[in-house]
Amino acid sequence: MAHEVIERVEDPSSVVIIGLQTGGVPVSRLLSDDLAAIAGHPFVLGVLDVAFYRDDLDRRPLPASAVTDIPVDLTDRTVLVVDDVLFTGRTVRAALNALSDWGRPREVQLAVLVDRGHRELPIRPDYVGKNLPTSRDEAIVAGPDGVWIGERE
Amino acid sequence: MVDSLRGQNLLSLDDLSRDAVVEVLDTAESFVEVNRRTIKKVPALKGRVVASLFYEESTRTRLSFETAAKRLGADVLSLAVASSSVKKGESLRDTIATIDALGIDAVVMRHASSGAAEQVSRFVPHVRVVNAGDGLHQHPTQGLLDAFTVRQVLAERRALDGPSTGADLFEGLRVLIVGDVAHSRVARSDVAVYVRLGAQVRIAAPGTLRPVGAEEWGVGVVDELDDALAWADVVVMLRLQRERGTGSFVPTLHEFTRAYGLTVERARLLRSEAIVMHPGPMNRGVEIDSAVADGPHAVITRQVANGVPVRMAVLYLALAGAREASGL
Amino acid sequence: MTILVRNGMIIGSTASRTADVLIRDGSIAEVAERIDTPAGATVIDAQGCWVGPGLVDLHTHLREPGREEAETIDSGARAGAIGGYSALVAMPNTEPALDNAALVSYVLERGARSVLDVAVAGAITQGRLGELLAPMGEMARLGVRLFTDDGEGVQSASVMRRALEYAKPLGVRLAQHCEEATLVAGGSMNEGPLSGRLGLIGRPSLAEEVMVLRDLELVRLTGAPLHFLHLSTRRSLELVAAARAEGLPVTCEVAPHHFTLDEGACSTYDPTFKVHPPLRSPEDVAGVRRALVDGGCDAVASDHAPHAPELKDLAFDEAPAGMLGLEHAAALTLEALGGAEASPQRFFELLSRSPARIAQLRHEDDRVTLSGHGGEVSAGEDANLVVIDPTARWRVDVRQLQSRAHNTPYDGRELTGKVRATIVRGRCVVIEGQLA
Repeated sequence: MAHEVIERVEDPSSVVIIGLQTGGVPVSRLLSDDLAAIAGHPFVLGVLDVAFYRDDLDRRPLPASAVTDIPVDLTDRTVLVVDDVLFTGRTVRAALNALSDWGRPREVQLAVLVDRGHRELPIRPDYVGKNLPTSRDEAIVAGPDGVWIGERE
Repeated sequence: MVDSLRGQNLLSLDDLSRDAVVEVLDTAESFVEVNRRTIKKVPALKGRVVASLFYEESTRTRLSFETAAKRLGADVLSLAVASSSVKKGESLRDTIATIDALGIDAVVMRHASSGAAEQVSRFVPHVRVVNAGDGLHQHPTQGLLDAFTVRQVLAERRALDGPSTGADLFEGLRVLIVGDVAHSRVARSDVAVYVRLGAQVRIAAPGTLRPVGAEEWGVGVVDELDDALAWADVVVMLRLQRERGTGSFVPTLHEFTRAYGLTVERARLLRSEAIVMHPGPMNRGVEIDSAVADGPHAVITRQVANGVPVRMAVLYLALAGAREASGL
Repeated sequence: MTILVRNGMIIGSTASRTADVLIRDGSIAEVAERIDTPAGATVIDAQGCWVGPGLVDLHTHLREPGREEAETIDSGARAGAIGGYSALVAMPNTEPALDNAALVSYVLERGARSVLDVAVAGAITQGRLGELLAPMGEMARLGVRLFTDDGEGVQSASVMRRALEYAKPLGVRLAQHCEEATLVAGGSMNEGPLSGRLGLIGRPSLAEEVMVLRDLELVRLTGAPLHFLHLSTRRSLELVAAARAEGLPVTCEVAPHHFTLDEGACSTYDPTFKVHPPLRSPEDVAGVRRALVDGGCDAVASDHAPHAPELKDLAFDEAPAGMLGLEHAAALTLEALGGAEASPQRFFELLSRSPARIAQLRHEDDRVTLSGHGGEVSAGEDANLVVIDPTARWRVDVRQLQSRAHNTPYDGRELTGKVRATIVRGRCVVIEGQLA
């Protein structure tokens, strides 16, 4: 995936990698390391917790809030949002809402480890590790070590 | 007792378990970060209406709550009843019914009578009630922001991340509360929160200002203030209302200060790492000398600053998931 | 009107027997094992029921004049009749206070048009202010036999002494609400660890006991009789029992809420449970219950205190004190006396005979306008009777109360013991548990 990113991004030095809490954070670190190895320089890395931006707060159990740390103004930067699993698209949409509070990026791209389908919003990933069609009843856990699919309780 | 504030009213810290308290502290940590951003706002409570109903005037607490609500994206209805035409003796039920008819999700309420918030919560069970101070009874968010401040300070000193410590930093922590404990809702809330978190709590007060039944609060009652000051890790100074120092409870303010004031001389008895706190507003020169209030032990300005994130945490937890939880 | 009460258990002061009771023209005509039904008589089937003297309440707040939105003499009397009472003593803390003959007349006259006998307790001091004696003589001439400043006690020892001295030769009795005002100032519940935790200023039990002690000594000094209203602590009752044993002319009453509820009921800040003197500790409640059984107290009095609903919606410390009592006192007393094990003699002693004696409403007393109550249930007496089913189970429903007010602490509570019929001056005012 890192190679793809380098190929497609116009100005690698403007890239800010944002890992979404909590599953996207370890993935974003790995990606950031890989990119740094290829490009020869470190990339700005941040973490974003979208708990306060979700549109379905009253429908799911309230998520525990986690750290948000975005070290730079995002205006005119290329933001690469990284998450582990792309499902309905609502987490990414919440992330887009949140990011606008840190400036106006020139471009936002999305990298996910696994795309399991069942989108509810017009969100599409720019970089996908693996497409894994699943049924809605299944639960999926994805991380640097691997991907597990199981039945939702 | 509840294990989490999610979807619950906050009427008294006696009602929260240790886990519930820690959850508020951890959530408040996230809101500290939000308060550092340029855009200090998240849409978590967008579309919700929070009414603030202050029968007792308190610009500072009311502003703190209203700011918290607005930073969560909520709409705020502000009713400073103390200065409105609502007379004392108007039924609580009528006032809250009028506000409720406008469609509110939560009410933040301060009243001169103990238990008023609980009474109101019975009249409007579908509305989340947050007690901002009821008579002598409780001031829960003050207790929470005090505990949050203590954890923040101690964690910083040990280069730890607050939330990762849970309640550990409070285990055996020596907390001394000084002043008019009998008439202090802050004292009741502080005792509740510190005892719940595992601290050792002692109170020091003139004989007439000790609460009835203090023995059952799980606190020690000290007669010798100076020894207790040398013992304490945290010293909470309570405000003495001027009316109480005019002869019916305490002969003179001067005598109170001599026996129970945190003067510059007494401050020398404090351990070097001791933290001095005050819920405000201070009667400088009565219960605390200016030099001590502005000195290195005191964290009073931090307490004030932490008010907004802690109140954001409370409103978020009570309301954000609440539509499902609120007795449909 | 002719009434035949058939097959009930007639409860005398020392013995009980099953018999029929014939009532004619306002009096008991005959009590015998089997009486033939006269033509045109109303027959009340009292099988399985106790038949005893109509209950007499020493302590009712009828709120008229001044607070008719809470209760009127008429509605309070109806509440009393449903509760099995044939006589009520109306407290003088109305607005204005009943401290002169004109106002006493007013209440007596309205009471005469109500469904039961309304006696009046006059104020001890003018305006109930605790300073100057009220004209007890002129009120006594109208039949007033009890005087009290209830709502508060007479705070000044010298005023109370003079009141006792003045009352003695008049043959009337003073009654005291014992709470030392400065000790209870600002308080809204019992003082103790619970009040400390709830942040409510407390009313210490000592405030009651200190005034009981003082007044017992004033009785010893003056020799005038004194009745203690709504005693609520174990110690108060012990003090009065000891004084009585010494021969002092003292009597006392307890209220049902003080032997049914304790201070824990105030934990939710519901003003329904706010009362003066306050609901006490479980130990004190146990003491009051013991006194019911062992003779430590003479009477049960309801302290029926209606309040308009919006007033009980105020904050706990601002709301007025008092709860309803007339419609449930009998059942609660029965429960506290042991339910099925209860002594019917003791029941009627506490709720009828003793109060009638203290209020001087017995057949042999000089009553001026009212009929005689608390008697033996024998021929020749005024027909003031109650028929109670001691095993009937029922549930309190606040919407079904006769009282205009709704401040009962017992809504939803299951009770045992229900009034089947109440007969006042030979007329059936309650039949089949309903107002006639």
